[in-house]
Amino acid sequence: MQDLLHFIISKYNYWAYLILLLLGLHAMISKNNLVKKVIGMSIFQSAIILFYVSIGLKQGATIPIMEHGHASEAAHQAIEVAAYANPLPHVLMLTAIVVGVSTLGVALAIIQKIYRVYETIEEDEILEQIKE
Amino acid sequence: MKLISLVITILLGALLLSATQDLPEWASPDSPASTHLSPYYIENSMEQTSVPNFVTSVLADYRGYDTMFETTVIFCAGITVLSILRRSHRRKKKVIRPRPKRKDKDLILRTAARMIAPMMQLFALYVVAHGHHSPGGGFQGGVILGASFVLLAVAYDLKTILNRLRERFIIIGGAVGVAIYVGIGAICLLLGENFLDYGAWSKILGVTVIEAHSHGMLGVEIGVAITVMCIMFSLYADLSSGGEMDEGL
Repeated sequence: MQDLLHFIISKYNYWAYLILLLLGLHAMISKNNLVKKVIGMSIFQSAIILFYVSIGLKQGATIPIMEHGHASEAAHQAIEVAAYANPLPHVLMLTAIVVGVSTLGVALAIIQKIYRVYETIEEDEILEQIKE
Repeated sequence: MKLISLVITILLGALLLSATQDLPEWASPDSPASTHLSPYYIENSMEQTSVPNFVTSVLADYRGYDTMFETTVIFCAGITVLSILRRSHRRKKKVIRPRPKRKDKDLILRTAARMIAPMMQLFALYVVAHGHHSPGGGFQGGVILGASFVLLAVAYDLKTILNRLRERFIIIGGAVGVAIYVGIGAICLLLGENFLDYGAWSKILGVTVIEAHSHGMLGVEIGVAITVMCIMFSLYADLSSGGEMDEGL
């Protein structure tokens, strides 16, 4: 019991990301409406972003911007690595968020085009029309 | 379909959960992600590039090649949406869409949007220009700039904004942003250094190599901001009007 509790509490960021990830995956597979599928994709994406950002965190560390960075002697002062959060996941997710918005735009554009041709965005109705 | 999906989801969840046991604890300072590469960036960013914001220096300098193609991806997404949705001007039948008349009904909204938009644009420029010393940079500033135009397009209608901000200008702007990024990298090549090694700019700008890295990053961030601004607004304009570029929502 103690072990399980420790497992949950010390790694609860992974639990949060896992729940969001599975929610998004389930929506992507099972939903019939294409817009709902895209919403599922967005949730999936958010889960990945949450995962990366939570990895970058360090206990007792501040944001990855150097203190007193303006001072001319700043270049020579000793830098404590443990005092700053890991900048690498932030960089990766920064671009991923904006690219995610662009791919969301492409997905919505494709859905609009599908609606223009088939006049529905329900997957089974589109499949019926294709079979005819 | 629901059952299959549920089975797949639960199986994947169990698999990932069992893998979670091997992952480092939350916020542990000696997790593998924080011990191999990132200490190098934190220790050397100030010395090598004179940029105190590690995120900016890693984004635009150490991983500049990656960011260049991220910008290209955004540009490609904008072009894709345009080519999927855009229709020619001579359309045969007009699509009938119910569009409520809303003249003079949203006076407060329009007045507020008109006053907020310049503030947003000014703040966006600050976010771009001060990205070296505070949280910010090209992507964030570009999104705020794009959002200010989207706000105006929501408060007025799309046509009013497109009269000021031509569609041709938006697309060319997206390409110009990418071109600025690639151009800054290519000039480094002409000056005898590696591609995107901004230290070469010291020969033109007359500053030290370290400061040239900082200036090169600023130029690159401006290119990113222009691309992101133009593509974000282009996405909104295309999606909200279904490629018609008329009144929009």
